[in-house]
Amino acid sequence: MDKEKLARQFTEAIPHARALAMRIDHLGEGVAEMSMPYDARFIGDPETGVIHGGAVSALLDTCCGASVVCHPASKGGTATIGLRIDYMRAATPGQAIRTRAECYHVTRSVAFVRATAMDDDADRPVATATGTFTVEAG
Amino acid sequence: MSEGSFVKPRGGRPEPVQVIKQRRDAALGALVHGVPYIQFLGIEFDRRGDELTAVLPFDDKLIGNPLLPALHGGVTAAFLEVTAIIGLSWASLWEEIESGRIDAQTLVAGNLPRLPKTIDFTVDYLRTGLPRDAYARAKVNRSGRRYASVHVEAWQDNRARAFAQATGHFLMPRMDG
Repeated sequence: MDKEKLARQFTEAIPHARALAMRIDHLGEGVAEMSMPYDARFIGDPETGVIHGGAVSALLDTCCGASVVCHPASKGGTATIGLRIDYMRAATPGQAIRTRAECYHVTRSVAFVRATAMDDDADRPVATATGTFTVEAG
Repeated sequence: MSEGSFVKPRGGRPEPVQVIKQRRDAALGALVHGVPYIQFLGIEFDRRGDELTAVLPFDDKLIGNPLLPALHGGVTAAFLEVTAIIGLSWASLWEEIESGRIDAQTLVAGNLPRLPKTIDFTVDYLRTGLPRDAYARAKVNRSGRRYASVHVEAWQDNRARAFAQATGHFLMPRMDG
C-alpha cells in the first residue's frame, strides 16, 4: 500500500527518530505502531533509571504523525498543531517503549489522533496522548 | 536578591559575590547535569539571579523534517518539559539553598533532590521550529505541597514570537523522602 510506504519513508527520514532509534512495527489505514529501545542516555530520573517523559513524548508525537500520513484522506506530510500527554506511571527501566496511534478523524485541514504508550505490561499504559495535526492541502 | 553586592550574612559575616554565584551555579549545574536525557539533547541553563533560561543549541539530530528543515515536534515537547521540570525544581531548591536549609555542596556531591513528576503536559505548536538555537523559560503559576502548574514558552530569534508553548501539571517530590 502506497500510504504505508510513504509513512515509512516519512518516518525513516527523520533524523531525530533515528537518534532515538525509533522503529516502525506496524502501519495500517490511519494506524501506526512504533517502538523505542531502552537506552541509558534517555534516562530522566537518574535515581531510578526511568526514561524521561520527553523521550516518550517524542515517540508519541512521531507515531501520531505517522498515523496521519497513513490515513487514506492524507495527502502528504504533516505537522503537529497540539499534543497533550497524560503520564499514568513510570515506564519500567530496561524495557522498550511501544506506542500505538490511531488517526480517528480527518477534516480538510485537521487530523485528530489518539495514542497510547506501553512497556512490556501492555495492560497498564505508561502514557496516553491526544493530538491535532495539519493536513496538507492537496 | 542582587548578586551585585554583598548579600545578607547567612552565618553572621557577609559573603563576597563570587562565593554566592559559585554556590548557586554549582547547585544548578549538579541539578541539570545529573539527568542523562538533558545531556543527550544538549540543553544548558543560563542563570540570572533566580531566573533561568534554557538553551537548546541546534544539532542535526534534533531535526524532524529534513525537507524544511525543522525541529522535531518531539524535541520541542521534550525541551519544554525539561525547562518546566528544572524550572520548578530550581524554584524550590533556590529557597532551600538561600535559607541555608540545603548546602549546595551536598548537591554537588550527588545528593540531588527528587525531581517533580509530570502528570500531564500540553504543547501548543505555534510556528515551525527553525534549524537554529532555541530558548525557553518556565513560569511556575502554582506550586503547592503536592501539585504544581507550570507554563513554558520557547522562542528562537525573537523573544516576542514564541514558536511553542506548553502547560503542565506536576507531582511534587515528597520532602520527607
